[in-house]
Amino acid sequence: MDRGRRHRVVVTGLGVIASCGIGKDAFFAGLSGPAAEGPQRVDEFDPSVWFDAKEARQTDRFAQLSVAAAQLALDDAGELLADPTRCGVIFGTGTGGLATIQEQIILLIAKGPQRVSPRLVPMMMGNAGAAAISIRFGWRGPCETVVTACASATHAISNAFRLVGDGRCDAVITGGAEAAITASGGLDAIGLAAFANMTALSTSGHSRPFDRRRDGFVIAEGSGALVLEELGQARSRNAHIYAEILGAASTADAYHITAPAPGGQGAVACMELALEDAGISPSEVACINGHGTSTPLNDLAEAEAISKVFGRPGPPVTSIKGVTGHSLGAAGALEAVASILSIEHGLIPPTAGLEEEDPEIHLDIVTGAARPFTPGPVLSNSFGFGGHNGCLVFGPPSP
Amino acid sequence: MSDATFEKFKKCAVDVLQVPEDRIVPEASFADDLNADSLDLVEFVMALEEAFAITVDETELDGIDTVGQAYELVVSKL
Repeated sequence: MDRGRRHRVVVTGLGVIASCGIGKDAFFAGLSGPAAEGPQRVDEFDPSVWFDAKEARQTDRFAQLSVAAAQLALDDAGELLADPTRCGVIFGTGTGGLATIQEQIILLIAKGPQRVSPRLVPMMMGNAGAAAISIRFGWRGPCETVVTACASATHAISNAFRLVGDGRCDAVITGGAEAAITASGGLDAIGLAAFANMTALSTSGHSRPFDRRRDGFVIAEGSGALVLEELGQARSRNAHIYAEILGAASTADAYHITAPAPGGQGAVACMELALEDAGISPSEVACINGHGTSTPLNDLAEAEAISKVFGRPGPPVTSIKGVTGHSLGAAGALEAVASILSIEHGLIPPTAGLEEEDPEIHLDIVTGAARPFTPGPVLSNSFGFGGHNGCLVFGPPSP
Repeated sequence: MSDATFEKFKKCAVDVLQVPEDRIVPEASFADDLNADSLDLVEFVMALEEAFAITVDETELDGIDTVGQAYELVVSKL
């Protein structure tokens, strides 16, 4: 067990806000629902449940989602009995307060610099989500933000895992949030326009991970949060332990700002390092929660990388993005929650939207209905624009 | 004090500070009674400038702590 870590790290609280469900139970049930079509807003999310009117007005939607998911996770974890100076917040986001930047630039053009809000910077900065969480809960340990595009939340969880594993923190709230859809059209659609014009978005509006007809991702907003604790502390307070984090890894492609390296070389290195960190062999992995964005390049590179590490067909693979769409900097957190709940329920959610598997992809992909499995280590992959690769390995809690 | 002018002033305060209308009274302190921080005050002044088509220099805000003082400043510019 000694991989240079002083402590074992477990997950004791889960919070999630996604278009397929708010809260862990609704979310997991929603993962067996229909495939995503068109931008996935979380219409059910009501900021007034979480913020008074003034706070809501002064907090960008991505930071609102951050705080709300963190609150759900902390409520789920129960009373932590931890010293606030040893409690940390490590939260990810891809684009931060994009809607706020857009709104203020429109105002700048219309009314001039005198009318730009003094709240612009504290609302748009990527660390606003992490800061809002620490302020709300009074957690005074490390409070940092990770920005690695679509791998942000996975890297945040990975860094949080080190903080608890190394003994700096007794508890950490970690995960990620994203609200990049901004508005639906016209001058206020900077997020949609940007992703569409880089040809990353699905032109058909369908999320179809690993399908031969896949044509891009379906954009989503959302957030996910995990409470990580040191194993002994979690046991001493009789916390419900969902899973243990067995290992994590981070690598870079050093290749191209948006395209994955050919053959998924960066992803291969990352998965291998994560397994090494977890001290397990590829054959011990019970399930892979893939990045599976539904873009032509990502899914092929990821499939090739998985085949290289695990052989053909390898362990069952799923992409929840068929249902959730791609929530960018939050995706790794949604997928971590899904991986952990897979372990909890012994069920791998299906890859919605996949009807005709790409003949160049040779994986055992879970489709149709959720597939029962004997809980074992689950590998969760995230790959971000910029060539950032992140992998996490979750395992069932020790008896 | 014209009613219409004060109503307009009050609306700016309610919009920016998100406090109930009945708390916008002359003796109310921005910091102590209306929970307004320095950024709130900057936003409030911007809203006043916009609503009344006036310009308020930063130096004019020195010593302005209450609703009444702020209102007098606005009225002096109309």
